[in-house]
Amino acid sequence: MSEVKIRAALKDGKCEVKALLTHPMETGRRKDPAGNLIPAHHIQTVELLHNGNLMVEADWGGAISTNPFFSVSLNDVASGDTIEVRWVDNKGETSSGSVKVK
Amino acid sequence: LTEEHETVKPQQQRRLFIKGTLAGGAVVAAAGLGLIQPRLVLAAWPTDAFHSNSLEEALNKVFGSSTLEASDKVVLKAPGIAENGAVVPISINAEQLENVESISIFSEKNPTPLVARFKLKPGCVPEVSTRIKMGESGDVIAVVQAGGKLYSATTNVKVTVGGCGG
Repeated sequence: MSEVKIRAALKDGKCEVKALLTHPMETGRRKDPAGNLIPAHHIQTVELLHNGNLMVEADWGGAISTNPFFSVSLNDVASGDTIEVRWVDNKGETSSGSVKVK
Repeated sequence: LTEEHETVKPQQQRRLFIKGTLAGGAVVAAAGLGLIQPRLVLAAWPTDAFHSNSLEEALNKVFGSSTLEASDKVVLKAPGIAENGAVVPISINAEQLENVESISIFSEKNPTPLVARFKLKPGCVPEVSTRIKMGESGDVIAVVQAGGKLYSATTNVKVTVGGCGG
């Protein structure tokens, strides 16, 4: 199961959200030891929601590193709010995770 | 003649009504089967932009323009030397710009330069960090879309071991 790890920390009036996703992020250009191309398999769209409201929508190609990390910051986040991150890849697979802001 | 017209009209209306009902029913059925997922829209992924193999083409496909205004209000942090091209940390801060709509990352020498685009809603602090792959040494370009303009910052990253090998 592809995990989504999220950390959300309030600092200086804003909330820094760090997310670590589990994904091979194959570009489609790499070859296996036998010389065959490994098909592209990468996350295409990532969404970050604050209390159910879409705040960040990211489009990614295969050039985001394997097991992607990203961080963004939000204003107007309070303790107890929910931050959710979810993604969909080029094969239609999805995963998501959420945390309560401490 | 007028009589004919009047007799045809209700039929047409009925046909339209039936068409409309069928189409509506299909949507309801699809939603019931879970075929329609709100929000996560796969089709919205800009295929052409991610498949463009030159920086200029990628910029045009994403923004409809490749005119960038270099600005010190876009603060791009990347390592001068990346020992591992598979994991190059990049961070971009555009807090000095107002109404930032998106922050995008391009790696000029990658076979397809567009790496990522983060679209930010009002309420986001315009800063983004992530880790990218670089096939070889070259420029990393951060493009910030704000108030209908494209502001950029560029930095060169020397890659010791490429990130797209194999």
